[in-house]
Amino acid sequence: MKVLAAMSGGVDSAVAAALAVDAGHDVTGVHLALSEAPATLRTGSRGCCSKEDAHDARRVADVLDIPYYVWDLAARFRADVVDDFVAEYAAGRTPNPCLRCNERIKFAAVLDRARRLGFDAVVTGHHARLADGVLRRSVDVAKDQSYVLAVLTPEQLAFAMFPLGDLTKSEVRAEAARRGLGVADKPDSHDICFIADGDTAAFLRSRLGDQPGPVVDALTGAVVGRHDGAFAYTVGQRRGLALDVPAGDGRPRYVLSLSPAERTVRVGPVEALDVSSVRATSPVWTSGPRALPLACDVQLRAHGEVHGCSVAAADEGWQLLLTTPARGIAAGQAAVLYDGDTVLGSATIASAA
Amino acid sequence: MAYLDHAASTPMLPEAVAAVTAAMASTGNPSSLHTAGRRARRLVEESRESLARSLGARPSEVVFTGGGTESDNLAVKGIFFARRAADPRRTRILASAVEHHAVMDAVEWLVAHEGAQVTWLEVDDVGRVHPESLKRALDDDVALVSVMWANNEVGTVQPVRALAEVAHEHGVPLHTDAVQGVGQLPVDFADSGVDALTVTGHKFGGPLGVGALLLGRDIACTPLLHGGGQERDVRSGTVDVPGVAGLAAAAAVATERQPETAARLSALRDDLVARVEAALPDAVLNGDRGPGRLPGNAHFSFPGCEGDSLLLLLDARGVEVSTGSACSAGVARPSHVLVAMGAEEDRARASLRFSLGHTSTSADVDELLDALPAVIDRARLVRR
Repeated sequence: MKVLAAMSGGVDSAVAAALAVDAGHDVTGVHLALSEAPATLRTGSRGCCSKEDAHDARRVADVLDIPYYVWDLAARFRADVVDDFVAEYAAGRTPNPCLRCNERIKFAAVLDRARRLGFDAVVTGHHARLADGVLRRSVDVAKDQSYVLAVLTPEQLAFAMFPLGDLTKSEVRAEAARRGLGVADKPDSHDICFIADGDTAAFLRSRLGDQPGPVVDALTGAVVGRHDGAFAYTVGQRRGLALDVPAGDGRPRYVLSLSPAERTVRVGPVEALDVSSVRATSPVWTSGPRALPLACDVQLRAHGEVHGCSVAAADEGWQLLLTTPARGIAAGQAAVLYDGDTVLGSATIASAA
Repeated sequence: MAYLDHAASTPMLPEAVAAVTAAMASTGNPSSLHTAGRRARRLVEESRESLARSLGARPSEVVFTGGGTESDNLAVKGIFFARRAADPRRTRILASAVEHHAVMDAVEWLVAHEGAQVTWLEVDDVGRVHPESLKRALDDDVALVSVMWANNEVGTVQPVRALAEVAHEHGVPLHTDAVQGVGQLPVDFADSGVDALTVTGHKFGGPLGVGALLLGRDIACTPLLHGGGQERDVRSGTVDVPGVAGLAAAAAVATERQPETAARLSALRDDLVARVEAALPDAVLNGDRGPGRLPGNAHFSFPGCEGDSLLLLLDARGVEVSTGSACSAGVARPSHVLVAMGAEEDRARASLRFSLGHTSTSADVDELLDALPAVIDRARLVRR
């Protein structure tokens, strides 16, 4: 097959491209330039798309002896991922930009362009297994990325290849070293690629400005503190609240909900974070629709724990009843349904109670 | 395989390979006083004399450099600094809006860091600067003028001699980047009347990484590289002996063969243009249709396509071309040259450069035409 390998400059996508070459595919490497003002050099494990990353990807392509190009998707990335990220926080939700990037950039803009150019598949270095349209967790549970891929439709997955699903991260590194790829020891990337210093609150403040308001005790209705912007908080957060009024019972308080329209952050005791009912919208079935109601597992945040649940149809999506309570569930994250390690589908969390 | 990117780099001439190889086998720093040093020095000076002969300059006007970008930076910054030092009112640079980035970014650096002002000289719809535009822009505050000999993207030849006359009426020196001209056009430093002229080896069959600035004897130029004072105290650094030997050998052959090369490439290029236009009636030829175009240059916009897609698809079919401009990360930006010529951004992004050189044959053009129609059809699918 003629396949397009998305090459970030990291070790995962390098080995994925190498495995595609080994499998006998006609591979072309593409580095996605996602930043409109790329830095010259990488700094640590944060940031992405520096010229050094593009150089690293090019060197891997050289060693694999495959063509290599850079595609400029910075404007699309800004509109579909960065602006969306800011708008979601401004609306009091907690978005997952990696998921959005997969949904709108890698397996939409890139995949679409690749198909039109005559490619048969897009190869990425995601840690997940995909065979016969069935998406499963990686054998490396710690590195599993099926959660951020669960937003993909069967049509998108039909053009995707994830060659790394049967390898652990350390096996990927060993494979890179065996092939003499310079990126074998390159540090893993962490955090949000477009927030180079990792300070999400400062990034949001620079985009949204200060939006001061009260911190309210959800039980008593009393104002117990002030904040500079509800966007800087996440449901379930305990640290950094700087409350003026201690709780009556002396126990720590947590962020329970955010109301950006009223610029209000509501706090309360830890039990109030427990939810057993989740409403989720914009559902996607990974390998075709399942009959509802459905008993399965659900994961409610990236790297979060798995809960048993029953899924029932609801307006614009699903109503999930959890068999064990989940704590600190934020709107905007994905609810991903699993049967064992097989992804069934996903939807966006709208509310939880 | 069809290599249609000679404007990026053209294969080395055998004479240049021989000259580089011979020089590499012998020892010696041309600044050393002993026998080995003298031998190296002799080769450098013979190369200087040879290059000067090839380009209508005097040996003392040849400053060897590390290539076109260095020569452009030295001319733009060095002449600016010297002219401003002589009269602090001279802070303005006039440069064409279609200059190579080596000139454009050097000017922008002076604007950002040295308080320079710039007036980008307008071009017409084929990318040509008119002497009238220069005349209007000249004033007592002008430090220098820089207008290229011929454009690297669309191939338009500039009226450099007429521009130099206009500049000189105001007592202002003119620099020209002639990187694309040597070997394709008659480039004669003295006859052109310019004060500084950039050349680089790998565009006419010499090695990569070596070039020269031809600098008039009476043109003051502040050095950018300080050190041993080699190269007229304007450019320090041990001269690359094999490099300049290859540069001079290539220039000798390329300039001697220039008339026949120009005739042969013009005919080949005209055939390419005619066949592209016949196969793809909506293709738009950018630049000059007349003789005021580099013989080896053809530059088209293909409406509804992205240059990036075309390049990828042609590359996959063994046809090597260029979109004409790329930054270091390889991200294509709409060409400032086409934008200056009045093209919409879409047309600027839809463009491809085909450039012919001394090894080009009609088989290369055949191969391009075999691949191009299907590639255009495919690339149109990419745009929605």
